[in-house]
Amino acid sequence: MSALSRRSRWGLRSVALIYLAALLMVPVGMIFYRAFEHGLSAPIDAVTSANGLHAFWLTILCVGIAVPLNTLFGVVTALVLVRQNFRGKALLNAAIDLPFAISPVVIGLALFLVYAPRNSWFGGWLMNNGIQVIFSVPGMILATIFVSLPFVVREVMPVLQEIGMDQEEAAETLGASPWQTFWKVTLPAIRWGVTYGVVLATARALGEFGAVSVVAGNISGTGGTQTLPLYVKNQFDNFNLAGAYGAAIVLAILAIAVLFGMNLLQRRSRSAEGGEDEHELPGPGVFVPQPVKEA
Amino acid sequence: MAISVKNVTKRFGDFVALDDVSIDVPDGGLTALLGPSGSGKSTLLRVIAGLEQPDSGQVLISGEDNTGTRVQDRNVGFVFQHYAAFKHMTVFDNIAFGLRIKGEGSGTIRERVKQLIELVHLKGFERRYPNQLSGGQRQRMALARALAVEPRVLLLDEPFGALDAKVREELRTWLRRLHDDVHVTTIFVTHDQEEAMDVAEQIIVMNDGKVEQSGGPRDLYEDPASEFVMSFVGPAHRLGDAWVRPHDVDIRHEPNGQTIEAMIQRIVHLGFEVRVELTLTDGEQFSVQLTRDEVEQLELSEGQIVFVRPRSTRVFAPGGRGSKVTNKPEVA
Repeated sequence: MSALSRRSRWGLRSVALIYLAALLMVPVGMIFYRAFEHGLSAPIDAVTSANGLHAFWLTILCVGIAVPLNTLFGVVTALVLVRQNFRGKALLNAAIDLPFAISPVVIGLALFLVYAPRNSWFGGWLMNNGIQVIFSVPGMILATIFVSLPFVVREVMPVLQEIGMDQEEAAETLGASPWQTFWKVTLPAIRWGVTYGVVLATARALGEFGAVSVVAGNISGTGGTQTLPLYVKNQFDNFNLAGAYGAAIVLAILAIAVLFGMNLLQRRSRSAEGGEDEHELPGPGVFVPQPVKEA
Repeated sequence: MAISVKNVTKRFGDFVALDDVSIDVPDGGLTALLGPSGSGKSTLLRVIAGLEQPDSGQVLISGEDNTGTRVQDRNVGFVFQHYAAFKHMTVFDNIAFGLRIKGEGSGTIRERVKQLIELVHLKGFERRYPNQLSGGQRQRMALARALAVEPRVLLLDEPFGALDAKVREELRTWLRRLHDDVHVTTIFVTHDQEEAMDVAEQIIVMNDGKVEQSGGPRDLYEDPASEFVMSFVGPAHRLGDAWVRPHDVDIRHEPNGQTIEAMIQRIVHLGFEVRVELTLTDGEQFSVQLTRDEVEQLELSEGQIVFVRPRSTRVFAPGGRGSKVTNKPEVA
């Protein structure tokens, strides 16, 4: 039992709840309230307009490319960082966190310096080969990849460390090739780390504004380069508040749906595998089964 | 299948885990690798399994050089200290894993898994997940999983190390019986000398990456080859240059010229057996093992001054084999 009295437990709980409410729930709630304040038509118009739909699909495209790539890269990198030793490992490990450390606007500028059609490293060469990166979709995808890169790696690494190599070695002694071992043993063991990383990366990629804003050039319209966050800002700047709130809600709902989806999956699968605290029933056999506490 | 390890050396950086180790394990035998932690016993087991590559030397299974053979192709069963259960699979799927990798048909798999589940007494647990099992059950599942692919040799790395004392003892007896049924050449690693003596036919004692001695449980106890084996296999105390077992000591109330003076520090009753803890005049401590009756006859009590005399001691020449000294029976 906790040594805390009833009163101090309630006190702590209230502090946590008030903090969350004041700083998170009230602002998000206000968006919902304001969007639907004057009925449903204005916000619905905003997101079903040609420009709004274009922004929506552009966002889905960026997320749809960035997140799978970062998932694949993230799992491979986590495996390399946890299971192998090599020179420069610490450096690579530190580099993974760069997107967390650097301001998204700076990331946008950095991409601009590398890929801009003029005065850049190889933007000019790409342009001559018919690929425009900056002020165009490829640049936005690159920016989205950059900002959402660390999540899967950082979620998977601790799980890999925790499970150790026992299960993988056991699979190998049973005849499984490295490829079979990965698919049948490693991946199922790290799946919640991967899932959580994907959810965080998706949420980050959906909402990215700064880096995408710099490389996209904020060209509005159906042929433009506005993702949903840029569209929200654009509507806001043009005093179309209902439109801005409407688009903002779509973003919020997408992110919340991803979070809920994960929770649901996790709960279903956890209950199928039996909770950690479940006690076994005495069964047949020569032994009286005894719960064993593991160190 | 007989296992033969020839002159294997394995280093991890500067640390020499195995230093020119050679062992022979007979076909169908149950052999224990016994040693303290860091003695290289687990590394040796992993080298035999192919989970570690030796820097030099050879591993022969059934006379065939397997040194360079991949783990997957070695066909060895391996059981880990912490079970290494596939947590996302049921007991059935865990045991079936190796058979599925081999591409056996589902009928064969069902039949074979059923047999194994009966063998390890897990009937009724097929649909359970590992975290719904006790430690002992998990380890039996792991054993069934290793046996499923009909391995040429069975290797167990501290298989009972994570279990509590009672379960450990039950599993020990059970492993012994299982081996009588299955007869697969088995090597198990342990740091517990009692466990090794209880289960194994042959014990290989390791220390500092080297083999100290190998032989039957009785040989090791009666005829230890080094001070290390003397002190590690069974209890032993040092008295001057000689080593003595705690049950090889007489206690009396009067000195007789051959005895050493000591004070009884503590008398510990362990059921039939009683441990008498003594302090010698030079401050050195050692204990003597007596029966309950002997203690009563001698009327020993804590704080008493007594005189002790070893019945038999063992002296080890530096680097050489020990020689036994039996003291003449006392003439009263």
